[in-house]
Formats: sequence, structure tokens, C-alpha cells
Amino acid sequence: MLADGAGTAVWGLCRGSGSKPYQTVVDLDAPAYKCSCPSRKFPCKHALGLLVLWSAGADAGVAPAEPPEWVAQWADGRRSRAEQKAVRAATGPADEAGARRRAERRARQMAEGAGELERRLADQLRAGLAGADREGYGVWDEVAARMVDAKAPGLASRARNLAVVPSTGAGWPSRTLQEFGLLHLLVKGLLAVDGLPEPLAATVRSRAGVPMDTADVLRVGESVRDLWVVLGQEDAQDSKLTTRRLWLQGTTTGRAAMVLSFGAAGRAPELTLPTGLSIDADLTYFPGARPLRAAIGERHGPPVASPVPHGVPVGQALDRYAEALVEDPWLDSWPTVLADVVPIPGPEGWQLADASGDEALPVTARFGGAQGLWRLAAVSGGRPVTVFGECGHRGFTPHTVWGEAQDTRGVAL
Amino acid sequence: MNDQEMGQAGGAALATGGTGTDSDWEELVTTALLGLDRRGAPRRPSAAGTALAETAALLDDADPALAVLDLAALHTVHQRAGLRPAAARPRPEPAPVDPRPPLPRAARHRLATLLADRSSPGGGVAPNLSELLPQWLFAAREHGYRAPEALLPDLLEIARTRSDLRRDALALAGPRGLWLAAANPSWKYALRAGIAPVASGEDEADQKLWEEGLFAERMAMLSQLRARDAGAALSLLRSTWSTERAEDRLLFLDALRTGLCLDDEPFLEGALADRSKNVRVTAAELLSSLPGSALAARMAERARVCVGPETVDGAVRVLVRAPQECDAAMQRDGISPKPPTNRGKRAWWLGQLVESAPLSLWTELFGLPPEKIVALPVADDWRNDLHAAWSRAAVRQRDATWARALLGAPFGDLASEEVPAEAPKKTRTIRRPPDRHWIGRGARGNGPNAYRAGTAGMAGDPAKLLSVLPAAERARWVAGFIRRYGLPEAFQMLGVCAVPWAEPLGRAVVNALAAARDGGHYPWSYSTVIGLAERCLDPELAPWVDALATPAKAAHAAGARSHWSEAFQRLINTLRLRATMLAELAADGAPPDADGGSGG
Repeated sequence: MLADGAGTAVWGLCRGSGSKPYQTVVDLDAPAYKCSCPSRKFPCKHALGLLVLWSAGADAGVAPAEPPEWVAQWADGRRSRAEQKAVRAATGPADEAGARRRAERRARQMAEGAGELERRLADQLRAGLAGADREGYGVWDEVAARMVDAKAPGLASRARNLAVVPSTGAGWPSRTLQEFGLLHLLVKGLLAVDGLPEPLAATVRSRAGVPMDTADVLRVGESVRDLWVVLGQEDAQDSKLTTRRLWLQGTTTGRAAMVLSFGAAGRAPELTLPTGLSIDADLTYFPGARPLRAAIGERHGPPVASPVPHGVPVGQALDRYAEALVEDPWLDSWPTVLADVVPIPGPEGWQLADASGDEALPVTARFGGAQGLWRLAAVSGGRPVTVFGECGHRGFTPHTVWGEAQDTRGVAL
Repeated sequence: MNDQEMGQAGGAALATGGTGTDSDWEELVTTALLGLDRRGAPRRPSAAGTALAETAALLDDADPALAVLDLAALHTVHQRAGLRPAAARPRPEPAPVDPRPPLPRAARHRLATLLADRSSPGGGVAPNLSELLPQWLFAAREHGYRAPEALLPDLLEIARTRSDLRRDALALAGPRGLWLAAANPSWKYALRAGIAPVASGEDEADQKLWEEGLFAERMAMLSQLRARDAGAALSLLRSTWSTERAEDRLLFLDALRTGLCLDDEPFLEGALADRSKNVRVTAAELLSSLPGSALAARMAERARVCVGPETVDGAVRVLVRAPQECDAAMQRDGISPKPPTNRGKRAWWLGQLVESAPLSLWTELFGLPPEKIVALPVADDWRNDLHAAWSRAAVRQRDATWARALLGAPFGDLASEEVPAEAPKKTRTIRRPPDRHWIGRGARGNGPNAYRAGTAGMAGDPAKLLSVLPAAERARWVAGFIRRYGLPEAFQMLGVCAVPWAEPLGRAVVNALAAARDGGHYPWSYSTVIGLAERCLDPELAPWVDALATPAKAAHAAGARSHWSEAFQRLINTLRLRATMLAELAADGAPPDADGGSGG
């Protein structure tokens, strides 16, 4: 049974393996899907099948009808939630005073945690780092747990990372002290956050782990409309979440942006933008001293083909990272397009070298990314290519490569 | 990006700015390492007047530990902001240009899917993609495409793990694939595979490579040269032969199989006196596959004494007098004196003699064509030994006439033999106890062409004999065999048939499968044949198979039956997919679109 409610929704019953048929409904505006089947795929095959039939129209037996109760309920629920959201977005949080109180309490908790972390760092320096590679994870894991309690997950993950550095091989004392210094700097900033200029204060808060609601960002953040080229994407999995990072670059503004999208563990995040194409859209940056993370607002058209992005030689790539560091000293890297570089494989580490001149960046391989590096070499064939990646103090992490001439879509690495 | 995920940048790290602060940092690290309690307060940056020193001067150093942390942060950001590029190492030589056309867009996507899905076995009615890859590669190679650059690593990787794909995968990968493989130690196999254009054509450079190269390079060079100029390859090999190691000599000698001719004879005769037994045996084998060689003539002399016609009561039969000893001369000619366990010495020697003698000897000796000779009765139970040896000789000498005679005429060609697939009950009666591998006409009594199969060495291996026949004849013969005896014994024979199967063969296989289904057999006992059919049937048969797959009498939907319908559905899906694949590759005239790969 199939029906179409005045072009806004389509629904039907589908006989599955159970005794009761599945109730499937698709809201055609969003689009949004609901089905009573137990499938964890989303949209499920029933919803997709429904859409296929619907697109065939009357031939497939889809006739206009009044929505039955289970459809109406779902649609009403969706509508009222959307309205509430719109109201909230327009007026800000309903309970201003309550929200402020919560924020203040949180700030207090974080400051206490930060103070404790600072004491830990100082104690460790008085005693010396020498024993750190034997102490294992225990000490810093405990500190990390305290930071989670103090509502500072950003501090917690940096603290947890401190436990790992001593096992990273030669040079660990130097790297540990660097991490100590940067963590100390963050703590210092957090303790004095009220006195910082607002963009820097926002950077400190977000690095410390104060969450930022995307809806709020879209309401208050700086919105930039441009033709955004999709430079690359990367999915990272952990036990709870799949995190997708998408990098964009404005064609006119030249600005870099990174969009995050999340999915439940083992499932692909919803947002997909094809690498190498560009979209005309409003992008709203999360506030910060060096804005990078952004949320996609309104899109003004479908993705269109885009030429190979412009890039810089390796020296300038490092300059850009340095410029970004001036504003956000905690940055590990900055998204950058390198032009006319040649990948140089080697057992002692890969390089990306300027096609002319003798300057090169060491390539930092992603975990298990060797095949990606060979793809980079294959596309290059020993000739200059354009590469998008992240340029930082460790070197360059490539994400996308554009080979010679006709291929403007790029190849993901 | 945490430190677990980041490989440490190797030898070519970024350079620090070089503002003289490195030693200050080292000092700070030492202080932190040993602890302030032992080491005392940190020193201020030494280079006065720098931005670093000026900023550091502003820091509060009331608490030495906090002062170290302040300085650490300052140094870290200062250092990171001042990083300079590393010195570039020598750049690789650019890959040679590959002038072949890129794949059509759809075919390129297909290849990406086939390579990406190689781990999935394909389940239910979905085609098994990894089994389709060989065919795709072969077809793409036939079309003369070059592989998309971005997929070269995947191609090289899959060809590393699956040697059956190597030839086609590497051909498709072409010069850029070899260029890439040369840079990655785990793809070294590609350079050995002999497709690399190793020989430069300049005599001096070639000679140098031959004398100084690695074994793999030398092997590749010899194989290539042999294919191009057999004589030159032989001279090259002779130039260093006496200094080669025994195991290398064996493999080099084996490379002479390509383009073997009587010009090689003097060299091979010399190799019969080699220090290594394996080299001697291989040389003898090569010589015996040259019917005009002196070794073949010597073998003929020996064999002539052992086997000949005898007339008893007016009927001709074959008389066999197996050799009594294996003398030094026989051993020098490659006859192995010691039989494997359970074989009689004399039968062992006889087998080797007959195998190495030119088959023309027998037609001359008996004055009869091969099919008449194999039909003669053989005295004293020597028949199987003799026929097995003739079979091996036919394979070694690639003699189609003898192979045909030993196999017997195709079953389908015999009058009134055009029977449909046997009813399963009959098939069952043909199932023979394992100790009696009689198949073929022998199953119906002591017919003249009875032979044994399955036990290689006992009698002619039909699969090997078939490989000597032209493809069409091979397919016809196997089709007839299947129509008569069903599939259980046919697997190896199917394996030597040309792909896609000729129509009569394809129909015979599918009919036999349908008969097995209708007879209530379990599909899983046929899974290997079904798998083979998925890969080898002509995709054009798909509609016909479809019609066959849905018989009207689906009354008893028992377990086996639903498995059969699944198997048939999968067969059909696979055939359709193969047809699509091939059509994608054949999509010519389409210009290499923007997505069709880079390079060139």
C-alpha cells in the first residue's frame, strides 16, 4: 500500500519477515525517514524502495491520500520540533539567566581543574621528567579523569596524551616538555580568560573543551558566502563515534575552513561533499582567534566542477602555519594546498619537494596510510602535482592529490 | 592527530630557524629531565636582543617550575613558527610516459570496485567480485588500456598476493607501474616478473647487466631476449654458463623453453654432462621435446628395442620388452634409474624411454596412423604403462594427432550419441569406487579406447592431453564427455578449456547442473563447478540460463532446492555483470573524460 500526501510525504506498508508489515514514511521536504523495521541502516531499504516507487509515480500505484494516524503523528512531531527550534534560534535560549548561571558554574569548575593541572605540571618538573617513561599511563590518566570531572575534556585529552609521549621513542623528553609548555599556556589562558580579547578567549575555551552548539554558532557566528572548493575529507573512528573532517577553501576569499560531521560508531556521518567540486554556500565560522572550524548554513546551489586549486611552494606553506600560530599557538597544523611539488619516497621518510629549488617538507604518514602515499607517488609519476594536506610542525600530512591536466576531481589519499 | 597516529618524520625533519636558541632549549630539556630540585632554576635565553629573549625577560620567575613551563611554551611556539623546509633529497626519475589510452570512465569505476571489494567473498546471489578480477584484467589488457594511476598501488598489491593476476595486472600497470614498484621493496616481484623492459638493446650495457645484475634482473633479461632473439639469448647464457651456480643454471636453462629449436641442441647436449643432476634432467627433457635432436634419436633406438608390433594368429598386437638395465648412457640422457616406491624398475625405465622418444618412431615402426596404434591390443598387461608414456610424449611434443588418438573421438561426434544430460540416477551408477578410476568408454566394458584418469602418471591425464588440442576441439570433446558422464569427473578438464566456454560446452555444463538440481543433488557438491561456470560461461548465454533456472515444477521448495535457485540466480547475476563489465571496456570512441585518469 502506498500513498502520497499532497506532495509533502509518502508512506506505505511493506511486508517484511515479521508478521506485522513495516510502516514506512518519508518526509519529502527534509528529506527525513521513519520506518518501523529494525534495520540500522539509515535510510533503510524500505524507505529507499518507497522513494523509488514514488519517483515512478502513478505507474507504481502511488496515489494521493489522507495520511493515516501513524503518519500524521510523526509529521506533527517533526513540525512542532522544527518550530521550537526556529523559535529558539530566533530568540536565543529560553532561560537566559539559568544559562548564565550554568556557564558560570562551569567556568568555576574548569578554573579549579586548571589550577590543579598547573600544580601537577609544576610538581612533575620539580621532580624531573626522567622517570616519566617508566611511570606509564597511570598518573596522567588519573589527572585526565579529574579534568573530565572539571568539565574540561580538552584539558583531559591533552593530559592523557602526556602519558603517551614518553613511549614515542628518541627525543621524547623534548616532545614532553613542548606538550607541558603548551598545556601550561592553555591553563594560563583559561585562568585569565575573562581578561583576554574575545576571539582569543573563544579559542582558549574551545581548546579547553567548552562545547559550542552549532545552532548558536549559526545564530551569532561570522557568516561567509563564497564558492567553497572541497579540498579533502577524512574519517576517524573511535569506539563511540565516527568523525568526518571536511576541508574547504573559499574561491574568492581564499579562506580555509573545516567542517565536522559525526556518525554513530561504524556508520558514515551524514554530511558528504565530493572532493574536488565546489559549492556556493554560507559558511559560519566558530568563533576563535584563528577561525577554522565552520558550519555549513544555506547552500545556494548544487556542487559544481572546480578547477585544480591554487597552491603555494613548501616555504610559503610553513609561513602560513607560522602566521596561524601567531593567533592560535596550539595549532598543530594548518590546511594548505601545495602546488608543483614532487613526492620523494624513501625508507627514511617521504618528502614533498618543490619542483624547482631544493626545499622540501617531510611527509607525516597517517596511521596505516602507506597505501595512500604510494597512491600519491603513482599519480605523480615523478612529476609535479598539486597536493592538499595539513602543514604543521611535524611536517605535511597529505589528503588529496591532483595529477596532470585533465583530472580536476583529485584523488583521495 | 595525536602522537600515536603520527609517524615520526624520518631523517629529513624540518629545520629549526637557527637563531641560536637550540642550545637554550637543550638546556631547558635537561633541566626538566633531571628536575628543578636537583638542577636549580632555568637559565634565561642566552642570545640577548632577540624577540625570544625580550619576551622571556617579561616573564615572572618567582616560581622556577612555572618559569620553566613559561619558557617551554615560549620556546615551543617560537620554534614551530620558525620552522624552515628541509633539504630536498634527489628527486626520482620521472616515470616513462605510457602512450596507451586511459580506461573509459565506467570501466575505471568498475576496476576500483573490483579492487576495493576483493576481501568480500560475495554471498547469496551477489557475484563474487574477486573471482571476476582476472577476467576484467585480461579483457582490459586485450583492449590495450593503461591502468588509472591512482589505482596502481592497489593493482600492484593485489598482484603481489595473487600470482594468478600478475601477468595481466602488470601489463595493465605498464611502465608507470614498474616505475612505482621499483621504489617499494614489497613490490620487487614485479621487476622479477619479466615484463620490465630490462634489456636496453645496447650490447655493451646488456652484457654489463648480465654480468653484474641481480639474479632477478638477469632472469628477466634472459627471458625477454629469448622471446625476441633466441640465438642471442643462448650466446648470452653460454658466455657465463660455466661460472653460474647450479640453482641459477637450472632456472636459466628453463628459460630456454621459449623458442626452443635445434640450434640449442649442441648447448643442451653439453648440459647433459652437467655437475647438477637437475640441470642434466632438464636438459634431457628439453632435448627430447625436439624430435629431431640426437638425444631423441638415441631414445628412439632404445625404445625401438622395447616396443614393437607382433603378429599372433594373423592379428597385430603390441609386444613390450621392458629394458633390463639402466646403463650409464641412459642415465646421461636423463633417465632416472631409481623408481619411486611401488613402481617396478623396468616399468619405470620403459615409461621414461617411450616418453622421451619421438612419436614419429611408432607410426614408422607400426606402419599405422596413431589412432590405429592405440587401438592395438598390448601384450602382457603393459597397456597402461605404454599408453601413459605415449600420453606424456604427446603432451611434451605438443602432438595433437597423438593426443586426439589417445583421447578418442569426441563423444558427441559418434552416431546416436547426441543424448541429453544423463538422468541423475544413471549418473549415480557411473560413480565409480575410488580404486577404479575407469571413465570414458572403459566404463562400458573393455572398449579399445579405455583409459584411466585422475591418477596422473598411471595413464594419460585427459586434461593435459586436451591442452594439446585446438581450443574448439577441446571444448567439443569436454562437452561430449559431460553430456555422457556428468560433471563429477570433468572439473580438471573444464579447467583447461578456453574462456569464455564455447557454446556447446557452456550448454552442456548448465544442462548438467540443471539435471543435478532436478535429481535432488546437493548444490554444494557442485559449488566448484558452479564457481567455474560463473567465470567461464559466455555471458551471452545469460537469458537461456535464466529460462532454465525457473522450471515450472517448483512444487517442493525443499532446502536444497532453494539453494539451487540461489546458485542459479547468482550464476545469472554474475553473467550479467560480466557482460556489463565487458561492454564498459568496449565503450570506445568516448573521449577520455575529465574523470578518466590523469597522466599521459
